Amino acid sequence: MATNEYDAIVVGSGISGGWAAKELAEKGLKVLMLERGRNIEHIKDYTNAMHETWDYPHRGLPTQQMKADNPKLAREYTLNEMTSGMWANDKEHPYTEVKRFDWFRGYHLGGRSLLWGRQSYRWNAEDFTANLKDGIAVDWPIRYSDIAPWYDYVEKFAGIAGTQEGLDVLPDGQFLPPVPLNVVEKDVAKRIEKVYKGMRHLIHSRTANITQPMPEQNRVGCQYRNKCWLGCPFGGYFSTQSSTLPVAMKTGNLTVRPFSIVTKVLYDKNTKKATGVEVLDAETNLTYEFTSKIIFLNASTLNSTWIMMNSATDVWDKGLGSSSGELGHNVMDHHLAVGAHGSIEGFEDKYYSGKRPCGFYIPRFRNWGKDKRDYIRGFGYQGSASRSSWQQNVAELGIGADFKNALAEPGSWNIGMGGFGEILADHRNKVTLDKSVKDKWGLPVLSMDAELQANELRMRKDMKQDAVEILEAAGAKNVQGWDGASPIGKGIHEMGTARMGRDPKTSVLNKHNQIWDAPNVFVTDGACMTSASCVNPSLTYMALTARAAHYAVEELNKRNL
Amino acid sequence: MMQRRDLLKMIMATTGVAMVGGNALAYELKSKVPLTDTVFKSDDLLLFNEIAEVILPRTNTPGAKDVNAGLMALIIANDCYTSRERDTLVKGLHSLNKNVEKSYGSPYLLLSSIEKTEFINQLDAAAKDYNHQQNIYYLSNTPYDRESSDEKPLPHYFTLIKQLTLFSFFTSKEAATQVLRYEAVPGKYNGELDYKKGDRAWF
Repeated sequence: MATNEYDAIVVGSGISGGWAAKELAEKGLKVLMLERGRNIEHIKDYTNAMHETWDYPHRGLPTQQMKADNPKLAREYTLNEMTSGMWANDKEHPYTEVKRFDWFRGYHLGGRSLLWGRQSYRWNAEDFTANLKDGIAVDWPIRYSDIAPWYDYVEKFAGIAGTQEGLDVLPDGQFLPPVPLNVVEKDVAKRIEKVYKGMRHLIHSRTANITQPMPEQNRVGCQYRNKCWLGCPFGGYFSTQSSTLPVAMKTGNLTVRPFSIVTKVLYDKNTKKATGVEVLDAETNLTYEFTSKIIFLNASTLNSTWIMMNSATDVWDKGLGSSSGELGHNVMDHHLAVGAHGSIEGFEDKYYSGKRPCGFYIPRFRNWGKDKRDYIRGFGYQGSASRSSWQQNVAELGIGADFKNALAEPGSWNIGMGGFGEILADHRNKVTLDKSVKDKWGLPVLSMDAELQANELRMRKDMKQDAVEILEAAGAKNVQGWDGASPIGKGIHEMGTARMGRDPKTSVLNKHNQIWDAPNVFVTDGACMTSASCVNPSLTYMALTARAAHYAVEELNKRNL
Repeated sequence: MMQRRDLLKMIMATTGVAMVGGNALAYELKSKVPLTDTVFKSDDLLLFNEIAEVILPRTNTPGAKDVNAGLMALIIANDCYTSRERDTLVKGLHSLNKNVEKSYGSPYLLLSSIEKTEFINQLDAAAKDYNHQQNIYYLSNTPYDRESSDEKPLPHYFTLIKQLTLFSFFTSKEAATQVLRYEAVPGKYNGELDYKKGDRAWF
């Protein structure tokens, strides 16, 4: 009979859950990691990783049947034959929408660490003071100096490729050699530097793909296949499976239990602490209780909040952590699908080889330094330059041998980039429990009610115009701006709903990610975010998780928890 | 720096994947869809392949018929198209044959290769005019439109044929490796590769 008692329970196995398990197990705690979905074993279960396009029944395209089964995944690239079965199926995992909300989830061991975009940027010092300065939402309870050593710590372990740039807006870190820019991107970078006199920069992406082997983690390194989302047999990118899990397992202190849906945190009114969690076995529908001294909620932003909403409802009507009235509120993401593209002349004698897992980055320049706009905060751009291939304009004229030969050669150089903009924390943007709809386990679902507000909509004008202006200044021709729909969630950077703060009256978590109302419960995934910055958030979750885990162990050792 | 030989050894040790001439062994493959699982008949396949061969003929590299682009095209049209897209294609293929009969007095399959090329050239021009009338100026070569809706105008049926042909052809193993270039495990990125006219594009 297996024990149901542990020192720590980690709910979720994605980027932050993997880090929590690793840190706690390395410190000697007996840890139980609960994952709601199936197990995925590193390499062995990456079933499509070595498949080629021509191996798929429809060459990777989604079928109408897949579309009917996954109407929400079908809104984006998330529905395709290659990653089929990786993004959570809409039919089995419903949610309701007051306003369109894209919610793309990874319900399997490793979660979205297997599917993420891998862009890894530090927040800057101003990101942590901006709410205070602007009078938006609440102030962060921590500053850049609190998290900086933890950025160092997680970057060294995860392996982040990038360059030292000396920019305040995008602090440098512990980097492996960068993934190279190509000849056109380098030229564009020089032109931007000149035109904007050092106020705007095109730099290498900072990405969690390793450009040198990491033998201590059995990771070979990036092979430039650009198939990361299939799982990498070479350990080319950071994921739970490639990095944190093997180290955690090696300690002998970690137990992983798949098919374990955590339905609630068990709460003791008398001690005002959590005692464990209730688990519904997704396969057998049997209910289990597991007890522990501390609990880390890393179920992904909205699912950690869902668990809290379902917990201790006999004490708080709206669940554990709801006493401030902020649980479920202030949902954030990054708004995107806006930018520009154009063509570049003069490099017809240059090409490239290999497929990169990333491109270039243009750090935020708006509302930075002396720049002032009619909105607050800012945005960065991600993009790349490449030569067009056979996927050219099919609507144009052409058939026959000459047409075929032309398509067999690379075409013109094109450059494109899209913005990632900060979304402000806004109490109106919220998720709630919808008890009228149940999933196949009879559990209530989340209802989404969030949209871009005035500040974001004003920012988007700049995101398009500036992209056009930058590309034109860099010498691009036929530059065209674009601005598509950007519902909350499309960025797959859900943040907020259980924010950190300085006051239990206005926040859910304290400065160490502890629930004010249950200090032995730590929430260190995206739910904890007080504001969103404009840079990709996963690296910050890693740093916050490692920091909170070390604090939790210290407090346990002092018998404070 | 790690030597390439050591790297390969490590790849084998950690992945269990043997590297042979830069190609990784494929995992177990899913079964492909047979034509009998679609609404299309072998006559449709024959016709489609004969049209596709005019669009992308065999030269010193394989052509559409060599890779059976028609089969993949019809499977995609059957499974990935909306019913509206599929109807447009089916009706288009029928009208194509009728129009050929009208102009040449015999079905498309019996035309000489010069006649086929002449006819398909005219159709390509007509398709372009039609698309412009619908304000369709750009189409990717992916025969799946995420934003397809009943209100959105569809391109000319020949454009659908061309789109299906290009996609099915260039995503085939033969075209990707013989018409284009492909390396399964590049191992590195060179962003300043010298290029001279005639060098093939990467798949």
